[in-house]
Amino acid sequence: MQSFKKIKTIITPLDKVNVDTDQIVPKQFLKLVQKSGFGKFLFYNWRYDDQEHLKSDFILNDPTYKNSKILVAGDNFGCGSSREHAVWALQDYGFSVIIAPSFADIFYSNCFKNGILPIMLDDKIVEKLQQETGEIEVDLENQIIKTISEKISFDIDSHKKKILLEGLDDISQTLLYEKEISEFEKHSKIPSVL
Amino acid sequence: MNITEKILARASGRPRVTPGDVIFANVDKVMMHDVSGPGVIKVFDKLKKQGVNVDKLWDPTKVWVAEDHFVPSPDKVSAENIVKLSNFTKNYGIEKHFKYGMGQYGICHTLSHEEALVLPGDVYVGGDSHTNTTGALGSFACGLGHTDVAYVLLNGKIWFKVPETLYFKLNGKLPEHVMAKDFILKIIGDISTEGGAYKTMQFGGSGINEMSVESRLTLCNMTTEAGAKNGIVEPDQKVIDYLTSRGATNISLVVGDDDAEYEKIYEYEGSEMEPIVAKPFSPENISIVREAPSVELDKSYIGSCTGAKYEDLQAAAKILKGRKVKIRTEILPASISIYKRAMENGLLKIFLDAGATVGPPTCGACCGAHMGVLAKDEICISTTNRNFPGRMGHVDSQTYLSSPLVAAASAVTGKITDPRDLN
Repeated sequence: MQSFKKIKTIITPLDKVNVDTDQIVPKQFLKLVQKSGFGKFLFYNWRYDDQEHLKSDFILNDPTYKNSKILVAGDNFGCGSSREHAVWALQDYGFSVIIAPSFADIFYSNCFKNGILPIMLDDKIVEKLQQETGEIEVDLENQIIKTISEKISFDIDSHKKKILLEGLDDISQTLLYEKEISEFEKHSKIPSVL
Repeated sequence: MNITEKILARASGRPRVTPGDVIFANVDKVMMHDVSGPGVIKVFDKLKKQGVNVDKLWDPTKVWVAEDHFVPSPDKVSAENIVKLSNFTKNYGIEKHFKYGMGQYGICHTLSHEEALVLPGDVYVGGDSHTNTTGALGSFACGLGHTDVAYVLLNGKIWFKVPETLYFKLNGKLPEHVMAKDFILKIIGDISTEGGAYKTMQFGGSGINEMSVESRLTLCNMTTEAGAKNGIVEPDQKVIDYLTSRGATNISLVVGDDDAEYEKIYEYEGSEMEPIVAKPFSPENISIVREAPSVELDKSYIGSCTGAKYEDLQAAAKILKGRKVKIRTEILPASISIYKRAMENGLLKIFLDAGATVGPPTCGACCGAHMGVLAKDEICISTTNRNFPGRMGHVDSQTYLSSPLVAAASAVTGKITDPRDLN
């Protein structure tokens, strides 16, 4: 997995709440299992019309945001099914940071398995960030977002931070401690009746 | 501790856990299907390239596999995924692979209870968000992404943060025309689609004690739509009888302590509950059926892990008996075992006599995959669980979520109909 440390780009404002995984990647693409190439299906029904032409009124199709790697969205981003394809599509498209007031649980967890940094911030701050037109810097090490005019700190679980900084997924990371885990297991007393 | 905390404490070898604790829990059962399975296989391939040993699973007897989303295969890619899945289960010695067209098969969340694959007190994870369903048996059941499922397959363990619990107390039985589906839609309407985010939603009270196991499954199934980590009901004699009749042995019940703590308690009076629909495009967008918009429906769909258990088919049959459908009506039993019972007990004849069509078990059009997806501007009433834009087909189609009673009554009139208002 690719590591994530710092990034500086303009943001793509997606002013929608409850963006569900059906919108992120519609079901007809779920049977494809390659991890790469999902970017072209990202927000499929919003990006393309019935003839598969790009819709000019959708933000991702505005060339201004072509090099943006930071998506700023509304509440409950990633709700719906557990499909990891949703994260694959965002990553393949080019996003590496998603900022929202809240995320759906499974989606949030899937982000860390694929090198995407999801950041939860207060509603008001997210609203303000959506108006930001200049580049912003997201610095994971220091847990700071820098805009032209201010610095915003964000919280992240230290374990999850480490995973992203080192580019280690859970599996490779845990396997580093295989010996210690086995040792712990030997001494673990699981109560038989509760 | 409440039931969820007790299960997680036992699974992590701790005398006690409290909400917010991060634990490393032993998993008892794990499931994947024909969408998450090929995803997991992909993760395995990647790990192998990184030098991780993926030759053996932690315990193939604790793993089971369902073919449900894209069966019968609508195209070549889906067919290849099924082959891939079959090769995987063969190579890793997974015997519990429920294959389409070979005896019992069906939707994964239906097999979990129909086949007694999960027992009370188990920690059960699956590569599907509606894994929450099975918490109705008194287990800790939750969905995971592909990478997490791959991790569990190799290690038999997974990290959890112990969730806070919201307790939903139902006082007294639901009226005859109201089903568990109406109750859970009402709850989602009240707390919103993120009201349960990373929380446990536990159901209890006299109304839940009175409820069948299948109704409790409907409640836990849709805790997913409220964003919950898991849904759960404390198991009782009904659960023991249900699982024993399906071959389970050595059932031991875990229940909460008398001084169990809950973040919040919500109370509902059974007698006050009404038939509910969730209007497009969110399960929280609810309305009492009698106050629902008067739209011309194109289709009634009775299917999925949420709304095609035996009891759901019985409810539909009660309405459709001796009546005719006015709109396209598709009924897809959630598993072969349910299909068979429906046949033996005359339900299928009632459906066919009413003019409905009966399809094979599959997730089918619930996830918009195949088997009756919606066209542009079509409007469907459905016993399924989600009505996001495009969920069941074209992005400009619309889905109203309802109980099987309401979906059947609406099939008869062509409009959203309260079962009490049928002639």
